[in-house]
Amino acid sequence: MKRSVSVISLTVSGVRHEVAVEPRRLLVDCLRDDLGLTGTHIGCEHGVCGTCTVLVDGESVRSCLMLAVQADGATITTVEGLATDGALDPLQQAFREAQGLQCGFCTPGMLLLAWELLRDHPSPSEAEIREAISANLCRCTGYQGIVDAVQLAAERHAVAAGAAR
Amino acid sequence: MKPPRFEYAAPHKTDEAVALLSQHGDRAKVLAGGQSLVPLLNFRLARPEVLVDVNRVAELAYVRPLESGVAIGALTRQHTVERADVIRARLPIVAAACRLIGHLPIRHRGTIGGSLAHADPASELPAVMVALEAELTVTRRGSRRTLPAEQFFTGMLTTALAPDELLTEVRVPGLPPRTGSAFIEIARRAGDFALVGIAALVTLDDGGRVTRARLALCGAGPMPVRAREAERVLVGERPDGRVLDEAAEKIAAATDPPSDIHASAAFRKKLARHLGRQAIELAVRRAGGGS
Repeated sequence: MKRSVSVISLTVSGVRHEVAVEPRRLLVDCLRDDLGLTGTHIGCEHGVCGTCTVLVDGESVRSCLMLAVQADGATITTVEGLATDGALDPLQQAFREAQGLQCGFCTPGMLLLAWELLRDHPSPSEAEIREAISANLCRCTGYQGIVDAVQLAAERHAVAAGAAR
Repeated sequence: MKPPRFEYAAPHKTDEAVALLSQHGDRAKVLAGGQSLVPLLNFRLARPEVLVDVNRVAELAYVRPLESGVAIGALTRQHTVERADVIRARLPIVAAACRLIGHLPIRHRGTIGGSLAHADPASELPAVMVALEAELTVTRRGSRRTLPAEQFFTGMLTTALAPDELLTEVRVPGLPPRTGSAFIEIARRAGDFALVGIAALVTLDDGGRVTRARLALCGAGPMPVRAREAERVLVGERPDGRVLDEAAEKIAAATDPPSDIHASAAFRKKLARHLGRQAIELAVRRAGGGS
């Protein structure tokens, strides 16, 4: 039975961390405040807005609805893990070009949702994109720019995959 | 906000989990997928002294075909159930209902047992399990009991679970041949709690008459509502115009829905009538009947 601090181990975007947390520490607060990874945003703190979405062992979850101790031993991808050597991921590039963001608050969560969607369904229909991103709230774009960005990323991926064949 | 302080235990075995519940009784709360409990902790509406986190009890996560029917471990994630071949083949209504639970990130964490034990009257799985006449296995230290889904739900967010008991398995019996099923709901936005939802199971004989019907609704009262009168209207009949109208009326009459900012009780009753008729028609078509 643990009430006090215990040490957990997390691999976040390829980097292993050992961190001491209270059981009540939310995963999102551990990422932001203990590890200094502030790319993951926190909005509603009760699982409605989705802005804190990260991938835990490859699956999207809301990091405000998970305790950090529950992620002990897990591999986590946050928005910091999308770019490679300072170069934006093609999905991030598409968000930039298609105006998939305005204020940027929902963007980390949207990127991870869309990244997971394209990993599992490389050529999603518009309806599938809308269903996937309906998990998260955006108050600026009206979602159209986000849908356009995901479509653009999917088209480029298809072209690149075709060229590689 | 942030959760209040609590003592935390993460057992690896069912035995250890129920021993902790027996030790701490109503001071403890079980943490499964956390998609309802963690918001309550964050709001400090729930202040358990002890949190028994069952997420590492791997032996409670499975989908197992039975000779007839399927056994689902309580810790199985909703998304896993939604994709399981045996569920899609034998119980497509369960896959359909799971797909309507929240959004993908919620279903990645949310569990079958957690949804049933939380017993939100608007949630899909309680209604589906009532319609399927599922048997729920509840384990406490040194013993276990099994009860029908309909007896498990006792009121708004309330179940027959004692503080020292853990829901461990859901057994769904096999469906008779020529049974069609449907789960449909209306929500304001994709992923929202349904205003009303209905599970329909209809079995037909060779002449296209209904031999068995099971109808249960969510969002229609303080707990899942079984529409028995409507089932009786269908049995022995060819499910067409007049019979469907009458069944739909009986479905609406069985409901006692809430009024809130999303919909009035009267509107929910109207939805129950329309959705009920649609669900029966869909189930009949899938059973190979109807026009």
